[in-house]
Amino acid sequence: MHDEKLLFELSTPGASAVDLPDCDVPEAQMDPAFASFTETGLPEIGQLDLVRHYTHLSHRNFSVDANFYPLGSCTMKYNPKVNEWAAGLEGLAGLHPLASEADAQGALALLYHLRVFLQEIAGLDEVSLQPCAGAHGEWTALKVIRAYFRDHGQDKRRIVLAPDTAHGTNPASCAMCGANVVTVKSLPNGLTDLDDLKAHLNDQVAAVMVTNPNTVGKFDSHITEMARMVHDAGAFLYLDGANMNAILGIARPGDFGVDIMHYNTHKTFSTPHGCGGPGAGPIAVRKQLAPYLPVPQVVQEKDEGRRMRDEKEGSSFILHPSSLVRYRWDHARPKSIGKVRSFWGQFGVLVRAYAYIRACGPAGLRNVSETAILAANYIAQRIKHVYALPFGPKDGQNMAANPCAHEFITVPQALIDRGVSIMDIAKNLIDRGFHPPTVHFPIHDCLMIEPTETESRATLDAFADALLAIAEQSEKDIEPLKAAPMRTPVRRLDEVGAARKPVLRWSPEPT
Amino acid sequence: MNYIQITDKQRQDMLRAVGAAGIDDLLRQVPDAYRLTGPLDLPPAMDEMTLRGHLASLAAQNRTEKVCFLGAGAYDHFIPAVVDALAMKGEFVTAYTPYQAEASQGALQAFFEFQTMVCQLTGMDVANASLYEGATALAEGVLMALNITGKRQVLVSRGVHPHYRQVLRTYLSDLPAAYIEVPLKGTVTDTLALENELDADTAAVVVQSPNFLGLIEAVDTIVKFAHANESLCIQAFNPLSLGILKRPGEMDVDIAAGEGQPLGIPLSFGGPYLGLFACKQQYMRKMPGRLVGQTVDADGRRAFCLTLQTREQHIRREKATSNVCTNQGLLALRASVYLAAMGPKGLRRVAQLCHNKAAYLAGRLGEAGLEVLNSRHPFFNELLVRPKRPVQQVLEDASAANMLAGHPIDKDYPELPNCLLIAVTEKRTKAEMDQLVQILRG
Repeated sequence: MHDEKLLFELSTPGASAVDLPDCDVPEAQMDPAFASFTETGLPEIGQLDLVRHYTHLSHRNFSVDANFYPLGSCTMKYNPKVNEWAAGLEGLAGLHPLASEADAQGALALLYHLRVFLQEIAGLDEVSLQPCAGAHGEWTALKVIRAYFRDHGQDKRRIVLAPDTAHGTNPASCAMCGANVVTVKSLPNGLTDLDDLKAHLNDQVAAVMVTNPNTVGKFDSHITEMARMVHDAGAFLYLDGANMNAILGIARPGDFGVDIMHYNTHKTFSTPHGCGGPGAGPIAVRKQLAPYLPVPQVVQEKDEGRRMRDEKEGSSFILHPSSLVRYRWDHARPKSIGKVRSFWGQFGVLVRAYAYIRACGPAGLRNVSETAILAANYIAQRIKHVYALPFGPKDGQNMAANPCAHEFITVPQALIDRGVSIMDIAKNLIDRGFHPPTVHFPIHDCLMIEPTETESRATLDAFADALLAIAEQSEKDIEPLKAAPMRTPVRRLDEVGAARKPVLRWSPEPT
Repeated sequence: MNYIQITDKQRQDMLRAVGAAGIDDLLRQVPDAYRLTGPLDLPPAMDEMTLRGHLASLAAQNRTEKVCFLGAGAYDHFIPAVVDALAMKGEFVTAYTPYQAEASQGALQAFFEFQTMVCQLTGMDVANASLYEGATALAEGVLMALNITGKRQVLVSRGVHPHYRQVLRTYLSDLPAAYIEVPLKGTVTDTLALENELDADTAAVVVQSPNFLGLIEAVDTIVKFAHANESLCIQAFNPLSLGILKRPGEMDVDIAAGEGQPLGIPLSFGGPYLGLFACKQQYMRKMPGRLVGQTVDADGRRAFCLTLQTREQHIRREKATSNVCTNQGLLALRASVYLAAMGPKGLRRVAQLCHNKAAYLAGRLGEAGLEVLNSRHPFFNELLVRPKRPVQQVLEDASAANMLAGHPIDKDYPELPNCLLIAVTEKRTKAEMDQLVQILRG
């Protein structure tokens, strides 16, 4: 494949991809004291060449639309096309955020109902849709917890306990809230060490952050015991919702003792990852934490309880604004932590999540998680004789003897012993058309595989076959494995060099 | 429809393959005590046809056909069709964060180009691959300044967008950092008050230009005050205005943070938008967010990868420069296509059209005897107008005439009662503005 030139190298003075209307009013002169007289240096390019440039770039990228992405903890499921259609509707995409409530009833109704759906799925009392992404949701939730304790005369509670397998955003978010993170050990079986947890719990602890199912792909069966310990110590149990795709309609965090959690709509609810964003990170909380949620909150007027019966639709939800029901922003929340972003949230992303939940319905959502779990166990079953499962069943047993949740971890010691690195496996998968699994997280030398529910059985088999073929090759000669990738636009990169002497922008050649 | 492809027969085969009699065998880890026995209380599934009808009817309950003079941080600009077409390519929409460089050269190159264009636009040395949106980008800039200087106080102009100031207060509230607001003198930052507030513990001065009320601030003067005090200057900017306005880099600003929505991103009820973030070279390693760098591959060919990741949360954990994990990839792509499509001349022209029209409207309002509070200072494309009738009445009349007349600012600026903030983009016509003047005059 040929290299694709940079936009700036394609630039031709005088070219342009747009034409603009003539001005129907007189020209005005910007005060020279504030005007810029230098050129920006932006590229000049015609429309067709611009289209070709980005089309070429699109061919130099993996995507769910073209490739299987078994990325552990990332839930790279199919992004339904109807969701994109919905977000692009003029009545949604064209709505100004400061439009009056009367002019935005459809958008507010959508947000209100999404909030109610997410409350139900979490088994918690109130949801804020505002956070921009998972990490932002985490930070927002920790702010809520700190505000609660300050309001209750316990501002000294500034310690957050997190397992050593926690996602890196957990400690970073804590630091941004002025909280200190203390790590709690995990047991060899991947579950939290309750004795170590107990040893760390005291009256300085604000929250304990867990991921459940956890990052090694196991549902923590001690979670309620853990919740009891955390609550007895006067702290809150926080759930990182990264792995919600394993428990939709099967178990609800609120029911197993979680007090506060964040969702990642781009994981669980099929909103696209977009090369790294936009995401959305709604948070769900128990009643006693609700007063501290960000402002504003979307509410239903005449909110007589959480549910109202719509006779016509026969469902327990009123899904359209009507003469009986109006939706509005509630700004009057004196205990709120305040605003966490401009305007109201990642609306276009939330539209997609709403469309997904409506398409699936309750039985469909449960089926999503069941199928995701089945798919993970199926791949694990197919490769485990070669790719060891440190948290799986004993040799010779089937996965059903000690199943994983929607993802699992393998430490392929046999291959490592032959001199094949985890990165070698990753790069060989790329050559075979698969995006590599998550690597070296949450433990060193591991692959973390999450197939999601939307892949066909043929794809699951092809991926297992690829892993087995790599293992087979490693028994003969590892040199070809070291050379990968060969079929990508570029080969292995000098990433060390990139960090040592950073080149973060194009500059014209010195003349 | 839940988009599952595995058939019932395959499901049975797969269950058998893993040694399970049924799916419950795989759910054993979830204790019975809290395993749900009934369905979630959610509305029933919808087929695509029904779903589309439902979503279309929700969309139809929003009134988006009105002529839009609303701005205040989100603007109704023209979006060329080429932006939608390219940014909606599935290869970009459904790709993951480009950690695996060999499988992500398209996204990485696009972000490298984006970083370059943000530098060109702002006149700054380095830019990141984007943050969430304008307010959080500004807050990250303030956290970065606190980190760089080791000082503990920030001075924030009251001309900064009220939402941005509120978000900043939230970001600082649990940290050992003081937020001090600098008042306005009329409708621009009171530079004397600012100079008085500067002290040894001032990490940064935060100013927005054009400010929330539409006026262009004396950023170069504010920068000089800040630097004389060994403080940093952070400017919140509107990227489109930089088609004609002096760039942050030309005024020696240290950190520039802005809302990228005007660059080809739909209004979409407030999000997702795009946080633009750029700074001086010497602060590069203190930047938040993703950075793409140029390097070479094993054959010596140019290639791109995420770089300086030792700043980031997944390596540095609690010592990271920020907790930011995602960027706004797809929105950064939109902005890139927009900027490349416009080019330097197109961007200058769009900015000039906005300014021409705002100037025309200001003139007409003045002729009609209405008070335009900006008239004594240069503005870009927003006007602060005080109608003779109550603002609420004006808004209702405008709405009846199918117009969104502007944003009332009373709640955020009680010191400027009964004022309307009116934004004019290149989409507004002379006829629409003439009609607006009629309505405002009453």
